[in-house]
Amino acid sequence: MMSINEIQDELIDEFSMYSDWMEKYEYIIQLGKELPLIKDEYKLDENLIRGCQARVWLHADYRDGLVHFTADSDAIITKGLVSMVVRVLSGHQPAEIVQADLYFVDKVGLKEHLSVTRSNGLLSMIKQMKVYALALQSKAS
Amino acid sequence: MSTDVMVASATLDIEKIRKDFPILERKVYGKPLVYFDNGATAQKPWAVIKGIEDYYTQLNSNVHRGVHHLSQQATDAYEASRRKIQAFLNAKHEHEVIYTKGTTDAINLVAYSYGKQFVKAGDTVIISAMEHHSNIVPWQIMCEDRGAQLKVIPINDKGELQMDAFAQLLHDRVKLISVAYVSNTLGTINPVKEIIELAHQYKIPVFLDAAQAVQHIPIDVQELDVDFLVFSGHKIYGPTGIGILYGKEALLNQMPPYQGGGSMIKQVTFEKTTYHDLPFRFEAGTPNIEACINLGTAIDYVTNIGLPAIQQYEHELLEYLTEQLLAIDKLRIIGTAAEKSGVVSFIVEGVHPYDVGVLLDKLGIAVRTGHHCTQPLMEFFGIPGTVRVSLAFYNTKAEIDQLAAGITRAVNMLT
Repeated sequence: MMSINEIQDELIDEFSMYSDWMEKYEYIIQLGKELPLIKDEYKLDENLIRGCQARVWLHADYRDGLVHFTADSDAIITKGLVSMVVRVLSGHQPAEIVQADLYFVDKVGLKEHLSVTRSNGLLSMIKQMKVYALALQSKAS
Repeated sequence: MSTDVMVASATLDIEKIRKDFPILERKVYGKPLVYFDNGATAQKPWAVIKGIEDYYTQLNSNVHRGVHHLSQQATDAYEASRRKIQAFLNAKHEHEVIYTKGTTDAINLVAYSYGKQFVKAGDTVIISAMEHHSNIVPWQIMCEDRGAQLKVIPINDKGELQMDAFAQLLHDRVKLISVAYVSNTLGTINPVKEIIELAHQYKIPVFLDAAQAVQHIPIDVQELDVDFLVFSGHKIYGPTGIGILYGKEALLNQMPPYQGGGSMIKQVTFEKTTYHDLPFRFEAGTPNIEACINLGTAIDYVTNIGLPAIQQYEHELLEYLTEQLLAIDKLRIIGTAAEKSGVVSFIVEGVHPYDVGVLLDKLGIAVRTGHHCTQPLMEFFGIPGTVRVSLAFYNTKAEIDQLAAGITRAVNMLT
């Protein structure tokens, strides 16, 4: 099992192959298309993270001490971005998720997507993932 | 079309005009900027940029307060700008032109002040289904506060007001009608003259949100006989943080102040304050002086080029843009009114507008995506949002070609 930072480094490595912005986005879109969809039963308003423009659904499962995330978005680029964050944070212990520093976003040149003005729900999603993890962590302790 | 307009159009030198806007020379992501978000805010010509610099290097001081030379000069420039705006709108009196922070601020001012004076429980205020949130929420707040009701003029599938339904909404208890001159999302030019004439038969004042109109269409408030008209400086190539409220003297004189503070008073005692005359009664506190002065500069710039010529050229661009967009597979234009100004909203079947916007951005093309602060309108069309292309007279057909190619490329990537 790779650590959160190992997965981030792997993503940075994958993105280093692309020099052109459009190639990068081709890859993000491809990742979006590969994202395991959230089960329809979890695609509820209560799991909806409201960005201004794109909607994101997030579901968390807690099994054997690890948090597993599934997610979806109605915008495919957001879905691609969501899939990267899910890949990095899913399958780890709550404490690891709470402490995670998602440096890969900046390193692959996608920092703008975390700015509040982008309104794509990504920043809110990361916050929500950490809130889930924090809740599970405090429940466990 | 008059010959004057034709001649003016022929002399509009776009390459020369583009050189007046330094930001158009910059690159984004290594690509030349193509700016199609003029409906959100327009770029500024050198005249305005230099004007702001000149203000702070030569003139800076407070207005209407000092006896010293600088304050006199700043006050003169501040009031000269008001007269430019008066002339631009053809207002009867200069004190009918009130400086505000922007369109939103001006709407809130009238909603509060007019509402307090004229709207009572059981009265009605009318808006339309295509309004910007700024022209919905202030009236909603006022109506809730006054116990009045807000009625909405419906639109048809093309994004035009249903004038028959509008006529049926009119009665004696309607205290105000507030509509957009041009829709920020659809580009629809509303039949404002007809609306005003009809409303005046019932003695109902009409308020026009002209934020998307003044930079595209010549406006004469006396000829329109409009009661209130508001717009923002930054959408007409001027500074941000400045807007204008035009109001008929007779109405403004009956309205109580919106905000209290310095320069809006005649005399203050702890028992009772008497208020200043128009326009100062509605200009409490130190204003955004450099913006007030340079809104005048922006209006000079636009007037020198000539709004009829601008209107003609932008109409050519609009037709070309519409044609190029409709050639793209699965693209649907939202807002197909017979009368439109420089805004085109569209969606592409199976593609989220946000995704199109992100990819266009990476190609150096700035558009707006989302609901454009018109959520009820998006609900009417049953869509989450659109991609909006909004034009200015510094845009070119070559840029529209780039946009069309960009959209095609984006859609191919996304589907």
